[in-house]
Amino acid sequence: MATAMVEAAIFQGLSWNPLADLRELFAYPFMVNALEAGTIVAVMGGVIGWFMVLRRQTFAGHTLSVIAFPGAAAASLAGLPLAVGYFGFCGLGALALAGIAGSRRSLSAESAAIGSLQALALALGFLFVSLYHGVLNGLDSLLFGTFLGITGRQVTVLLAVAAAAVALVAIAARPLFFASVDGDVARARGVPVRALGFGFLLVLGLSVAETSQITGALLVFALLVTPAATAHQLTPRPGLGIALSVTLALAVTWLGLALAYFSIYPVGFYVTSLSFGLYLLVRVSRALASRRRTTGRLALEAA
Amino acid sequence: MSRLGALAPRAKPAGAATSTAVAFDRAAARLGGRTIWSDVSLTVAEGDFVAVLGPNGAGKSTLINAILGLLPLAAGTASVLGRPPGDSKGLIGYLPQRRSFDTGTRIRGVDLVRLGLDGARWGVPLPGLPSHKRDAARVGEVIELVGAIGYARQPIGELSGGEQQRLLIAQALVRRPKLLLLDEPLDSLDLPNQAAVAALVRRICEEEYVAVLLVAHDINPILGYLDRVVYLAGGNAIEGAPQEVITSETLTRLYGAPIEVLRASDGRLVVVGQPEAPFVHGDRHG
Repeated sequence: MATAMVEAAIFQGLSWNPLADLRELFAYPFMVNALEAGTIVAVMGGVIGWFMVLRRQTFAGHTLSVIAFPGAAAASLAGLPLAVGYFGFCGLGALALAGIAGSRRSLSAESAAIGSLQALALALGFLFVSLYHGVLNGLDSLLFGTFLGITGRQVTVLLAVAAAAVALVAIAARPLFFASVDGDVARARGVPVRALGFGFLLVLGLSVAETSQITGALLVFALLVTPAATAHQLTPRPGLGIALSVTLALAVTWLGLALAYFSIYPVGFYVTSLSFGLYLLVRVSRALASRRRTTGRLALEAA
Repeated sequence: MSRLGALAPRAKPAGAATSTAVAFDRAAARLGGRTIWSDVSLTVAEGDFVAVLGPNGAGKSTLINAILGLLPLAAGTASVLGRPPGDSKGLIGYLPQRRSFDTGTRIRGVDLVRLGLDGARWGVPLPGLPSHKRDAARVGEVIELVGAIGYARQPIGELSGGEQQRLLIAQALVRRPKLLLLDEPLDSLDLPNQAAVAALVRRICEEEYVAVLLVAHDINPILGYLDRVVYLAGGNAIEGAPQEVITSETLTRLYGAPIEVLRASDGRLVVVGQPEAPFVHGDRHG
């Protein structure tokens, strides 16, 4: 029934009256739920993503998002809510990654082990989907996200988990920052560097599980990595960087949801394209600015 | 004339009794079942500038880790600032051996220095609190002390090795430590920067009255600024004034192999015959 309503809305398209269009966005409960869920996920992804990029753990984050896919597939196979699969598998995945990080000495051995885990997760996901041959059209929303049919109860769960994760990161903010940029000194000062690394992976797992429910397993990067990486490019100040990361994640989520509502293309595509466009813009303008500085200096030296 | 002779006696703060910053008594360290050094006894007085010298693999960084309490002693006893190692973390400034921050590190020097002050504290820093202003003032003070005002607000990855090293020393100093442990701070610096950082450490030693243990490869850039040296070699250690320790007789005894210390005309010391880099004859004649 909800789908029929959505299709009716989609076929109306834009009225090109901004106020009317904005009012229409909030007219349907499913859209209000999607906007609420998107807002929660964007705030959480902005904060946690900033630390993930700082710690250079984007590969671990990506692996967790791939692990979310068999989680969701297994949940639909077992007839459980998708959220159970997302949180369960991402939590277990974070434990596995923490175990790998704890036991391996060299970085290359660690990334090889994480890569193997990633391949296994994809294979498992495909197996579960094959076993569940009933509704295969659910596959693309597992992988690439959907904003349809988010219930009020789901929003409440998202809010509770996000609030807990952001609160944990806020409490550990300074020691986590210290351990991330200057581990040896932090350890000598009595900061529990290993425990923080372990805890952060768990929070990252929760965050990926949440983000997957909006953007799909494969497009988690659009909210978790790209806004954070853009913020790191824009400012080296930690407080300002986190605020920017959250702002950018919110902007691309809201805009992506609105665009998806008024068009026939999926929300994951818009969120990803928008955040990638922003990242590209910042990288290019920074590269141009630094080239201008260098040529200016060369001209000065030549004079 | 030797540069050692030019060393002026240092003023101590009035009323400060000389006490020991670090004392090891017949201490031994083992790593992975291998004894790194044993029977090491040494004393570092408060406010002393001490160099830790020795060939690669002699256990210089191991000594630092033992003082920090990160590596328990296999034998003997140690006291650091009057307590067992590891019990006075807040009173020790530590600069680990490291290469440097790469250009991708988007962290400002001033934030890194500040982490030295409040990085172990939980919770989010609130800009309005008086403690926040006090901390910011102290961070500004040490950045001025090491002469890094000009570049402390730039991302540290974009700075030169010498500039990074000054900021890292500021980070180690920011909590007003009684003991400063610097692991190879002169490594990867060019000669003028080595001399400048050595002079800076000497000035800190005097102005802040801190005991400094500085691990170094080469004694020459710091020779003129030192009070004492600890020389680690052959699983053992000798401690004393530089002119007593860096001699042919003492080092020959320590290494258990013939060592010659030569003095160049400009006062630089050259240690010849260290077993770590033996001259290998080709076997064509043999």
